[in-house]
Amino acid sequence: MTAPLTVNDLRGQPRRRRKEATVRALFLTAAVLSLAITTAIIVVLAIDSYRFLDIVGFSSLIGDQWNPRSGFYDVRTIIVGTLQVAAVAIVVATPLSLGAAVYLSEYAPNSVRRVVKPAIEVLAGIPSVVLAFFTLNFLSPNVVQTLFGGDTPKANILAAGLGVGVLIIPLITSVTEDALRSVPDSLREASVGVGAKKVTTTVRVVLPAALSGIVAAMILGISRAIGETLVVTLAAGATSFARWPGAEGAANLLYGSYLDQGLTMTGAMANLINRGDTPIEPGSKESLYFIGMVLFVITLTLNLLADRVVRRFQNRY
Amino acid sequence: MTTTSTPNLVLPGSPAASVAAGLRSGRRDLSGILFQIFMLLCLFIALGILVVLIGDVLSDGLGTLLDRGPFDFVTTETSGRAAESGIFDGVFGSFWILVCVAVVSFPLGLGAAVYLEEYARPGRLTNLVQINVRNLAGVPAVVYGVFGLGIFVELMGGVLGPGRVAAGKSLLAGGLTMAVLVLPIVIITASEAIRSVPRALREAGYGVGATRWEVTKDHVLPYALPGILTGTVLSFARAIGETAPLIVVGALQGSAPANNGFSLMDNLQGRFTALPMQIYDFQRRPLNQGWADLVAPTIIVLLSILLVANAAAIILRNRYERKREG
Repeated sequence: MTAPLTVNDLRGQPRRRRKEATVRALFLTAAVLSLAITTAIIVVLAIDSYRFLDIVGFSSLIGDQWNPRSGFYDVRTIIVGTLQVAAVAIVVATPLSLGAAVYLSEYAPNSVRRVVKPAIEVLAGIPSVVLAFFTLNFLSPNVVQTLFGGDTPKANILAAGLGVGVLIIPLITSVTEDALRSVPDSLREASVGVGAKKVTTTVRVVLPAALSGIVAAMILGISRAIGETLVVTLAAGATSFARWPGAEGAANLLYGSYLDQGLTMTGAMANLINRGDTPIEPGSKESLYFIGMVLFVITLTLNLLADRVVRRFQNRY
Repeated sequence: MTTTSTPNLVLPGSPAASVAAGLRSGRRDLSGILFQIFMLLCLFIALGILVVLIGDVLSDGLGTLLDRGPFDFVTTETSGRAAESGIFDGVFGSFWILVCVAVVSFPLGLGAAVYLEEYARPGRLTNLVQINVRNLAGVPAVVYGVFGLGIFVELMGGVLGPGRVAAGKSLLAGGLTMAVLVLPIVIITASEAIRSVPRALREAGYGVGATRWEVTKDHVLPYALPGILTGTVLSFARAIGETAPLIVVGALQGSAPANNGFSLMDNLQGRFTALPMQIYDFQRRPLNQGWADLVAPTIIVLLSILLVANAAAIILRNRYERKREG
């Protein structure tokens, strides 16, 4: 009679088990490394942001200009510049992306989709330096200066916003299209079944059902627009400093200053690193980390928000 | 839509007649047509921008590129004079950045993806890692630059090479920064590829007593390979085109030899530039020195590389898929 089967017999060879454990530990390390990266980003940003605030003091965060080389750190200036660019970008990109996404999801025959989807992916893959060149070389002279007169500076906030808008079209389009496609067909069929026209079905049934997905797409677009660097550095114009546009009244903030040169957070960061490479004013090097921190917090908040909206949407269907 | 009503049975003037007339109405669906026109217009504008962009770059740069000879332009070093400068420094830097990304991001990203898809049990840690990876993918590229400046330039540069010319602003620092930037994208695309492997394949493996690693290595990864490779190639394309982190990490602006000697270590620890960095730099140099003329030709070179990478990804995917079916 053979010995009764024990748990140990089912465990397999010790060598295979050891190997399995080692491999598992390696993969776990790789996965946990991503957490380490986030932690490192936060620590690096926080330490030098603290040092920055320690050097310049909270009071200097509000002033009349952003000009690190002379020790002026009015953050309002670059935050407003960033918001202006993002606003133009989202106003330009949303209708175009929405229209394209609705067409691709609801109307386009498969043959059209097969050609158009890769083309949009190619647009998504165009590096932002190239779009910066296109903005300065084409959009600014041919669109902005044609519409608003040739005496507009070649680099201005509106042009930069247009460039960033082009940049976020593929992102918003693909997220919106995903949202539209995940609306169950039963809703469309029910609508058509009671005699609604295709437009009515699309506008009154499908779009409202996908609304949270569309909102998430817009949030992601805004987040991307805020973090975009090259287009705004080259095409928004201001080099290393900018005056607080609100000094000339609130109207200037809301709509007056779009045709002027401007500076965004990312633009200010890129301009802090210059050919000379030697920041003179104490605190100007640390200000790089401080803007990075503000940028990180803003985009993280937006991304988390979009993530939640998308998840709630997915849970519904 | 098919109507089953037979017109003969409907009395003229009855309510049924008006319904039938409504169903067969000859009235054009004006709002529907306008809506379709609007959508097509959006699509045409979005795609038109792509066409105009490529046309603009070609009309601006193709002449110069052909005048200089594409091969000469790519293999000549960047010097002090625009008329004689090529973009070899950028090509060289971009190549080594790509090597860093391939060596660091591919194994780490694949490892993390395998853990998340094959090993991890649903729970707090797994959830946290997944949310974290998604958010890392959304962190702006400049912020990665600041991270690289803090960790790879100042911390690592301070330890590795005090007294070196590069003072930490080395090719290695740039490459590692880019590797970290690309890592979440590699994890996400590899996870998707692994997730699409049919369950039955795994269950068959476990059923005959294979361990998790054996199933992963022999069945899941080979099946997911085309998807993983496609995602990897696309994330490498991202690494070639990204500029913002390189600006912050301290890639060269202005001219200086990017080739820092013959040994690998000398080069990795020397100062560097990259193709997109040169595009940025040429645009910011003083006007009237001819540098502006080099922007569009350099863009053509960069876009050609990206196009080849994209095409390679598609061909790769198709070939593997055909093999799997055959």
